[in-house]
Amino acid sequence: MCLAVPGRVLDIEERDGTRMANVDFGGVVKEVCLEYLPDLQVGEYAIVHVGFALQRLDEESAKQTLELFATLGMLQEEFGDPWEMAAETGGTLPPEGEGARL
Amino acid sequence: MKYIDEFQDPDLARRLLDDIHSTVTRPWALMEVCGGQTHTIIRHGIDQLLPEQVELIHGPGCPVCVTPLEVIDKALEIASRPGVIFCSFGDMLRVPGTGRDLFQVRGAGGDVRVVYSPLDALRIAQQNPDREVVFFGIGFETTAPPNAMTVYQARKLGIRNFSLLVSHVRVPPAIEAIMQSPSCRVQGFLAAGHVCSVMGVEEYPELAERFRVPIVVTGFEPLDILEGVRRTVAQLERGEHTVDNAYPRAVRPEGNAAARAMLEDVFEVTDRAWRGIGVIPDSGWRLSAKYRDHDAEYRFSVDGIQTREPAECRSGEVLQGLLKPHECEAFGTLCTPRTPLGATMVSSEGACAAYYLYRRLDLTPAPREASPVV
Repeated sequence: MCLAVPGRVLDIEERDGTRMANVDFGGVVKEVCLEYLPDLQVGEYAIVHVGFALQRLDEESAKQTLELFATLGMLQEEFGDPWEMAAETGGTLPPEGEGARL
Repeated sequence: MKYIDEFQDPDLARRLLDDIHSTVTRPWALMEVCGGQTHTIIRHGIDQLLPEQVELIHGPGCPVCVTPLEVIDKALEIASRPGVIFCSFGDMLRVPGTGRDLFQVRGAGGDVRVVYSPLDALRIAQQNPDREVVFFGIGFETTAPPNAMTVYQARKLGIRNFSLLVSHVRVPPAIEAIMQSPSCRVQGFLAAGHVCSVMGVEEYPELAERFRVPIVVTGFEPLDILEGVRRTVAQLERGEHTVDNAYPRAVRPEGNAAARAMLEDVFEVTDRAWRGIGVIPDSGWRLSAKYRDHDAEYRFSVDGIQTREPAECRSGEVLQGLLKPHECEAFGTLCTPRTPLGATMVSSEGACAAYYLYRRLDLTPAPREASPVV
């Protein structure tokens, strides 16, 4: 959750009086609020956390970070299905005694 | 070296490491505050690439881990009520409350939904005017501004069926509490980069001066961590204790002014209990009086909760850097990600989870690379 991911602004529109953008995170596109970086423009990169752009980032650093996150599986962690991930880490009850056997 | 070839720029990593190795003359203990940094360190074995004299102590910077049990239990209670849609970030699903977690509440029929952004929860409230929509607002200074903006929007748009269960925490009072502890061994801090993206660095010079401790703003990619360590060790060796920004590509000295202004409007500073640690004065935020209508604690009567922490769980000591995860007797036996005793084992930023995921077959200190034979 505390992970913030760089993304590139694809397009910008006003919604309910709020500046919103579609942002591309290495292939995954999410809606992002630009109220905290109101002068961010299409094509620019920013660090995005839980759907909010928090700080501008230069293109080269953004691309390097995205590449690294993709390699480490961190984009999947951030944008994957959380119910699936919770089930994988044990949301379903483990077989009897499994927890104590490791 | 075992891990260094996996670095994004192995040559640069090697140069940074060489610099650290040639600078160190005596033992130093540094604390990385951010749980994301802890995961990077353990995942890449950075602690094992550093000179033996440089010890990295894992700090309390995992927001999921420090959310008090009482608040988790309040969340579980609210999420169980009919008519409530309870929205949360995914990493809260398996955090154990007293006897159950949000995943199990959903299994028992509670309407628990995972959102990517707090604004998604607000949209759910707009679409379900006959239901009460509650968002679980936890996190440090990075997450608080998005949550603050969401409450501001709810008020502006007149969305009355939306409320926030707030348990936000602030880093500087935690640093203060750690430095004031009699058992504190920390001599330098790697400050959490994205917290500083929002807050800037203004809160830190006073702390650095008062406790004579270098504070280096650090990112969380492997090379960022090495650079943060390099600069902290260099200061310590020179006898300095200043605030330094090793993450300038994401951190401006003033932070994000718009986000800070929103925080001041929507929240007010309050004492806050940290799970496993206890109450730290002024270490949290709650909604200010103007936004109380959107405070889930006021809207839902959830008093009288009896919490029960598992006696075997020592995550409080882990969060304060007093114990390494694998030194806990329950680690990997009673306590695993499948059967977590504490949040540090289940959170994606928890120190125990990092040790379990990346070092579970290697619980004794890994052998350091042998010196080259000449």
